[in-house]
Amino acid sequence: MKQTARQMLDSPEFKAMVTKRWTISVILTAILFVIYYGYIVLIAVNKPFMAQKIGDVTTLGIPLGVLVILLSWVLTAIYVIWANKSHDPEVRDLKSKVQ
Amino acid sequence: METTLGTPTTSAIAFFLIIVGITLAITYWAAKRTRSTKEFYAAGRSVSALQNGLALSGDYMSAASFLGIAGMVALKGYDGMIYATGWLVGWPALMFLIAEPLRNLGKYTFADVVAFRLSQTPVRIASAIGGVLTVLFYTIAQMVGSGNLIKLMFGISYEYAIVIVGVIMLAYVLFGGMIATTWVQIIKAVLLLSGVTVLTIMVLAQFNFSPANLYEAVTKSQETIKGVVGPVGQKALEPGGQVSNAWDAVSLGIALMLGLLGLPHILMRFYTVPNAKAARTSVLYATGFIGYFYIIIPIVGFGAAALVGRDLIKKIDAGGNMAAPLLAEQLAGTPFLGFIAAVAFATILAVVAGLTLAGASALSHDIYVHVVKKGKATEQEQVRVARWSTVVFGIVAVMLGIVFKGQNVAYMVGLAFAIACSANFPALLLSIVWRKFTTAGAVSSILTGSILTVLLIILSPTIQIDVLKHTDAYFPLRNPAIVSMTASFVVAIVVSLITREKRAETMFDDEKLRTYLGIGAE
Repeated sequence: MKQTARQMLDSPEFKAMVTKRWTISVILTAILFVIYYGYIVLIAVNKPFMAQKIGDVTTLGIPLGVLVILLSWVLTAIYVIWANKSHDPEVRDLKSKVQ
Repeated sequence: METTLGTPTTSAIAFFLIIVGITLAITYWAAKRTRSTKEFYAAGRSVSALQNGLALSGDYMSAASFLGIAGMVALKGYDGMIYATGWLVGWPALMFLIAEPLRNLGKYTFADVVAFRLSQTPVRIASAIGGVLTVLFYTIAQMVGSGNLIKLMFGISYEYAIVIVGVIMLAYVLFGGMIATTWVQIIKAVLLLSGVTVLTIMVLAQFNFSPANLYEAVTKSQETIKGVVGPVGQKALEPGGQVSNAWDAVSLGIALMLGLLGLPHILMRFYTVPNAKAARTSVLYATGFIGYFYIIIPIVGFGAAALVGRDLIKKIDAGGNMAAPLLAEQLAGTPFLGFIAAVAFATILAVVAGLTLAGASALSHDIYVHVVKKGKATEQEQVRVARWSTVVFGIVAVMLGIVFKGQNVAYMVGLAFAIACSANFPALLLSIVWRKFTTAGAVSSILTGSILTVLLIILSPTIQIDVLKHTDAYFPLRNPAIVSMTASFVVAIVVSLITREKRAETMFDDEKLRTYLGIGAE
């Protein structure tokens, strides 16, 4: 049965979809903040930690910097996979129910 | 080592002419497809996710990130790497918070989203102020930087360089609109990514493809400090003075990360793709390309320190901007230097073209069409005004580039990002997520963000100590984002709670179908 726009907005399915979308976004943003600002604050307050050698000359800071970039991309990929697999079908389903 | 840098060699000119020739041919082709506003501002919404991913990367990876970060890593070592990470982390945030709703709600500019359910005139004016300020400061930095870089690479005078950039990029935008600008970005992104990849492979090949060997060579390379020659030493691989105050570091981090979410020329790109899904996929591509770029560019910088040496790099340009071109010449001779110089030139052209289109759309779409004409302008009239705005913005950009000649404008990109995250981002985010956001809240938030950011930058060490040479600054932080963005959010929330807007609240519910399901999206 087709729903009006009003019915769709008030439906629990629509509300749940919106809540889920923002929950995932906020969690991923929070992880991103912890990773990046963690890295920056670590440099600011504990330089010896970043400067410790993990090879002949290579410092721990170098792989950590690369890791921040890689993890940022991984978070982006996680969002896209979730959106394609779970979010899009839900949106399509709800969209088809609206008049 | 002898360098041909600064003399216009045959290979540099040849590569430059090839790039300009191809991009102008594309512009000619695009011009025939640019008749409506949808084509002029949004490339007919027919750009694919991969194309937009490359174009976003093209818009974002400026000459500052290519030549500047390579130079910073070459001369300052690890500190340059810290900078590189900051330039990437905005992209995931852009994806999680803004990209899809922005695509569904807007038409051509981010102001479309902010003004969607609020009073058009005040919100459009305020958004245009925030948008134009961001784009202007960004453009001045690009223009001054490009004048200097082109002078260093090709030996032509600063003013000539600026005028050449202005004329070519105006041709792209004026005739080819967003279609040509997008293709210029794509070509530039591919050239830049492949050029830097080749450079990286050549550097690593010198060290048996072991970064550890490269780092060791960096520590052993020689540098003259106060007349004494000595090895660069281990400190090149350790964090130095760049990040010493946690507040300063976090404030700069906020500006870099969340500023991206308020850059008009980046946000505008999301209207060139057909739907929210394509917008999402294009961010994944862009994050991949840009992340890859920022992972390999430090290798180029370290390679320049090890193979060219800090002394020569500093002799050519004290800021280190010529580290990558010098390295290219050292590794593969003049033709490769010519190629890298031409790629840097293409990078400058593309970024300025993107900025000009964004500046022009704020003037024509937001101010002329929605404020002056109250949304009632014919398609023909809109395209004509868009083209005139492009000319106006382009001429202003060239003039500002010449006016600011010789000025230290390093703070301007920071300023652009700080305004973007303090003026544009809070209003954009709140208009998407907060039901009770009002016209007064939006306008006061944008104005607070713009004015406070400019004021605090003027009072900061960046201007007081670096530019005016005072011994002390009135405001302690180099980048004000942490204060100005917080203030902008607080003002937005307080003012919105005081001034309720029934109509906006009702419309918020209606726009949800468009925001989340894409129903009615253009």
